[in-house]
Amino acid sequence: MSDRTNIVYAYDGSFEGLMCCIFESYEQKENPSIIRPPVVQQSLFDPAKWIETDEHKADRVFNSIPLKISSQAQELVKLGFLTCTPHKELLIYNFLRLGFKYGDKVMTMLADDTVCSLQKAVRHLTSESHKFMGFVRFSVYGEVLVAVIEPKNFVLPLLIQHFCDRYRNEAFMIYDKTHSMALIYQSQNVELMVVNELTLPEVDGTEVEYRRLWKQFYQTIAIEARFNPRCRMTLMPKRYWGQMPEFDEKNAAQWRVAET
Amino acid sequence: MYIDIYDKLTILSDSAKYDVACTSSGVDRSGKLGNIGSAAKAGICHSFSADGRCISLLKVLMTNVCIFDCKYCVNRVSNDTVRVAFTPIELAELTINFYRRNYIEGLFLSSGVIKSPNNTTEQMIKALELLRNVYRFGGYIHVKAIPGADSDLITRLGLLADRMSINIELPSQESLKLLAPDKTKESILRPMGLISTKIQENSTELVKYRHASKFVPAGQSTQLIVGATPDTDHKILTLTEGLYRKYHLKRVFFSAYMPVTEHSLLPAVDVKPPLLREHRLYQADWLLRFYGFEAKELLDEQNPNFNLQVDPKCNWALNHLEKFPLEINKAPYEMLLRVPGIGVTSALRILTARRSGLLDFSGLKKIGVVLKRAQYFITCKGKILEGLKITSDGAIGALMADQFKLPSHYPEQLSLFNEPFTTREDVQQCLTGQI
Repeated sequence: MSDRTNIVYAYDGSFEGLMCCIFESYEQKENPSIIRPPVVQQSLFDPAKWIETDEHKADRVFNSIPLKISSQAQELVKLGFLTCTPHKELLIYNFLRLGFKYGDKVMTMLADDTVCSLQKAVRHLTSESHKFMGFVRFSVYGEVLVAVIEPKNFVLPLLIQHFCDRYRNEAFMIYDKTHSMALIYQSQNVELMVVNELTLPEVDGTEVEYRRLWKQFYQTIAIEARFNPRCRMTLMPKRYWGQMPEFDEKNAAQWRVAET
Repeated sequence: MYIDIYDKLTILSDSAKYDVACTSSGVDRSGKLGNIGSAAKAGICHSFSADGRCISLLKVLMTNVCIFDCKYCVNRVSNDTVRVAFTPIELAELTINFYRRNYIEGLFLSSGVIKSPNNTTEQMIKALELLRNVYRFGGYIHVKAIPGADSDLITRLGLLADRMSINIELPSQESLKLLAPDKTKESILRPMGLISTKIQENSTELVKYRHASKFVPAGQSTQLIVGATPDTDHKILTLTEGLYRKYHLKRVFFSAYMPVTEHSLLPAVDVKPPLLREHRLYQADWLLRFYGFEAKELLDEQNPNFNLQVDPKCNWALNHLEKFPLEINKAPYEMLLRVPGIGVTSALRILTARRSGLLDFSGLKKIGVVLKRAQYFITCKGKILEGLKITSDGAIGALMADQFKLPSHYPEQLSLFNEPFTTREDVQQCLTGQI
């Protein structure tokens, strides 16, 4: 490529911002080696080139993807942005460069490093979000259901449809501790918002009772002669256990107190 | 004696746990305003128990009272144990409250036989009607049909459930007579045939009338006990294939028999279940359903049981070395699926990747194909993997060496492999299920 290299782009961390980085690189014939979100401690002599987010430019890039590549590629880029893969910006940038060059054929170039890495990152995201459809645990506070999750990828946008459909008449919140974001649904309205800290009140007796029943069911249903903790660990790694009442040892004592 | 909900749940889930089916798959249903719940076609696992099995449904018996005397079952009438029953309200409250907290995908309801098969079915209908119509539950329901119940009752039950199952348990008439004297082949196969016919009738009705009620939309399944009787893998697999073809079953589950009771026909309780044999049957079942294999390709009268050290597909490939090596860039999908180590996902990715260029071994690795076993059976651009010494004996040796690592996690199976299958041995290893 004859474009200028060794350039660092900095953007505001939004998806639109990233689309503008792509716009800039094509317009200026530049080929950035790093694209990064804003850093907390910016040095005075930051060599990075700040890319302003402009909705119009972002739309132009985003809308050109299905036309010049394919709608599957557009979906892949959208999902790629939610993943936790390091340097996801550069990965998406490189993917789009390939896509604009080869067209829809890029989606079949599975053995290419860029395509392969992006697909893999997106698979990690979608499989994690599928797991959370099952592993989310709500607690009932009055009329509201609240769950806390600690995912690696930003899975909340992928959980909206499933949970809003399932619990249509409920009011609920899923709080993503890792990304400080919450999915809030009430009166058939859904919102994603920044929530930096969440302090939950004590749960009531009914909630304690159902957790206790669930834990008992969980322990009873296992067949001792088939005990296979390694298999369980593969299917449900320990990092998910923290928010599940079936593994809550701390509250077990409290439950026994509630029982008497 | 006062028995609270906690004790009931303990007793009725403990006696339901030997039913291995716990899938919540097969039907997509979106939520409705005023209802709680939906169903996802792929199924969702909500937890995994210490034995590594998926927990998707609240799996319980309505009651463990039973007039039948199946020798392998903990709930048999001759067993001295505490008998309890859920009321329909208790069952509905438990299901809804677990469901709201996202503990479960729905309910798996089975039951011992109280008074008569008809009476039991009527009570199950009552419980499910309450859950569906009063509690407005739209989640997944898997219900057991009771052998011997009338057709119209089974039909009513089927309109309330997503999946229905009748467990065959014992793969032959002789075994049934010996161990489950209250059941006959007829009492199991008749309702199975009925459900199968109803499902097909219903699908044509749905074409005609969009709002016709759905009958068992996620299809029916069954369970076979492995190791309770001298029945061979060949017999079990042929039966399985027949069930898929004739009754259009969605799934056949296998269950390594856990000796739970002392009985002259079912010896010692301390015998380990034949888990590896069960695993091989599941592998073969997948080959039937997704890989285009037929039962007769995998086993026959001369080789009636699976080799415990090599998986069924690998075993087939080793017996058909003349079909290999296969050129990755040319082979059709059906043949790619027959390469040991290449599954449906890998085969599809190979097809996609081939469209934009020829694949080599490093390309295969990048798209996620595991070469450990596949490498002995394939070429890329006409070449075998560099550095791979291939003689037919060498390949077998390498494969076997790899497989020898397996039994270390299953110490109980090694002895099984070293000894010939004896009737006694087989009878000792059973897994029970209800009904």
